[in-house]
Amino acid sequence: MREASRDRIKAFLTLLPSMILVGVFVYGFIGNTIWTSMTDWGGMGALALDPEKNFVGLANYVELFTGFLGSGFRQDLVNAVYYSLMLLGGAVGLGMFIAILLDRKPRGEDLLRTIFLYPMSLSFIVSGTIWRWLLAPQGGVNVLPTYFGLEPLTFDWLSSRSAILVFNWQDILRILLYGVSLVCILAGVAVLRKNRRKAMRRLASGVAVGLFVWLFGDVVPDAYMMREEHGFNLATLGIIMATIWQYSGYTMALYLAGFNGISQDLRDAAMLDGASAAGYYRHVAIPMLKPITISAVIILSHISLKMFDLIFAMTGPDNAETGHPALNMYLTTFRANEFATGAAIAIVLFLIAATFIVPYLVSQYRERGRR
Amino acid sequence: MKRRAITPGSVLLYATLTLLALFFLMPAYMAAVTALKLPQDISLPTSWEWPATLNWASFSQAIELLKPNFINSLILTVTATIGSTVLGSLNGYVFSKWKFAGSEIVFTLFLFGMFIPYQVILIPLFQTLRAMHLYGGLPGLILAHIVYGLPITSLIFRNFYAQIPTALVESARLDGAGFFSIYLRVVFPLSIPGFVVTSLWQFTQIWNEFLWGICLTRHADNPITVGLAQLAGGQAVSWNLPMAGSIMAAVPVLCIYIFLGRYFIRGLLAGSVKE
Repeated sequence: MREASRDRIKAFLTLLPSMILVGVFVYGFIGNTIWTSMTDWGGMGALALDPEKNFVGLANYVELFTGFLGSGFRQDLVNAVYYSLMLLGGAVGLGMFIAILLDRKPRGEDLLRTIFLYPMSLSFIVSGTIWRWLLAPQGGVNVLPTYFGLEPLTFDWLSSRSAILVFNWQDILRILLYGVSLVCILAGVAVLRKNRRKAMRRLASGVAVGLFVWLFGDVVPDAYMMREEHGFNLATLGIIMATIWQYSGYTMALYLAGFNGISQDLRDAAMLDGASAAGYYRHVAIPMLKPITISAVIILSHISLKMFDLIFAMTGPDNAETGHPALNMYLTTFRANEFATGAAIAIVLFLIAATFIVPYLVSQYRERGRR
Repeated sequence: MKRRAITPGSVLLYATLTLLALFFLMPAYMAAVTALKLPQDISLPTSWEWPATLNWASFSQAIELLKPNFINSLILTVTATIGSTVLGSLNGYVFSKWKFAGSEIVFTLFLFGMFIPYQVILIPLFQTLRAMHLYGGLPGLILAHIVYGLPITSLIFRNFYAQIPTALVESARLDGAGFFSIYLRVVFPLSIPGFVVTSLWQFTQIWNEFLWGICLTRHADNPITVGLAQLAGGQAVSWNLPMAGSIMAAVPVLCIYIFLGRYFIRGLLAGSVKE
């Protein structure tokens, strides 16, 4: 058995270099960025190789969320939230729709699958360059209707200055509390049939938070000293469309793999029970593929949070209308040399991403343990 | 195959699929026709029309302009793919066949590295490479791609090796084989598909990467994505050149996808679907 224990040591030593690399390059670097975001990066001496950094606590974050100079960042953050939500809805919806169509085994299924998935293999710079040309005003997509005898579109895909769903940043805390209230109520309704007590607790706390903000909203402090409006910039629509084009093939592939994994027996049983095709997907297939939906949501939100290349290629890095925190981080750090602020933006992105990913990885870890 | 009757339902199905296919092919068509037009023939209202005269010169021009970037990307991608795949294979072997106390936690900690927005490690990466005198050139970029490729390559190989029966490893052990000889004699010969899936996945990811390329390399060492972004950036571009450049940057990964699509899709699914 001496041999066996020596083999165990060899196995551990094989893994060790990778463990050290990941430890330093992932966890050490994240820690370092957190520290950097709490310093002033040496103020004037910022360009030196090793500037003398002074601890400033959360000042960089306070500036980003409530300071005068953070206005651009706040709009970028709002853009990223709308962008993520629309990408999730669009790519999951379209991908699922195409997968259901292909699951009916039409002729030429292989060719169609290839066509729907090829954008996924391309670089965002390639697809962004092409889509920028497709979305040029007075050309590309906008002149398509003329081939059907219609008037051309006049929408400025990437340079529109209009915004919808505008809100006042001063109200952000109140809006977030309403969000919490809505989530509680929805979570309560979701378990209403299974667990009455749990449902009632959630509903009550949701209603309580909502009522409190509605009645005593003035107690909640304003997030900013003056009115500042942010909304969904319509110029982002073109970028969302390009991302959906590139990623719905991916969700399609996920769902197709899932549909193929459902046994024919189960499908036949559902059909014998009188389920229509729509009923089969709605009540049997899609609920069974919940883990796939969760994976798709996690991966797509991760992609939309770090989105950099596509926006860079479609509108250039300096377009304020289509800004994104990932681009802002690059400009702040490498163009303006404000490393500490750049680090703070990166940490905000990281924390948002971690709220999705940590629970996902923990649940996968537990699942592996059970098997 | 049984014959299918033409029903309103099937007409609707094929019509929808055709429309969707046209939507997905639209950018490819647009890139091709624009690249083949003479610069003076390119105008917004006629952008969809097939070129009056085919002009292949844009491609030779794009090749000339982007050749250094193309070569950089080739060196970068091949080296980093080999490095991260080999390390990933060894890690996957340990994670699946030589589990030790805490190895599942280590594996989960590895996976986390796959999901972080890379902006969060960009500043220390930049400083570390600068301190190691690797900033600006290809070796630094290769190092970064190998390290941050470890989570996904280890994941794919771990799931791949989980399918190799443990009895096979056990019997080799009874024959007196040790850790490395089991890997070389039993596991490695069975891993060719695993290597294909992982290296194709890494190849496309590294070829397509842009953020590190633009932040960590100087002009002479820019990969193809950065070269293309510079070619297409700026306002007064004549669009035949960026389109030809896009096609050139897309060809290697598209070839992989079209000819080895089966393996590409397996890599795609490996990142999200368990076992």
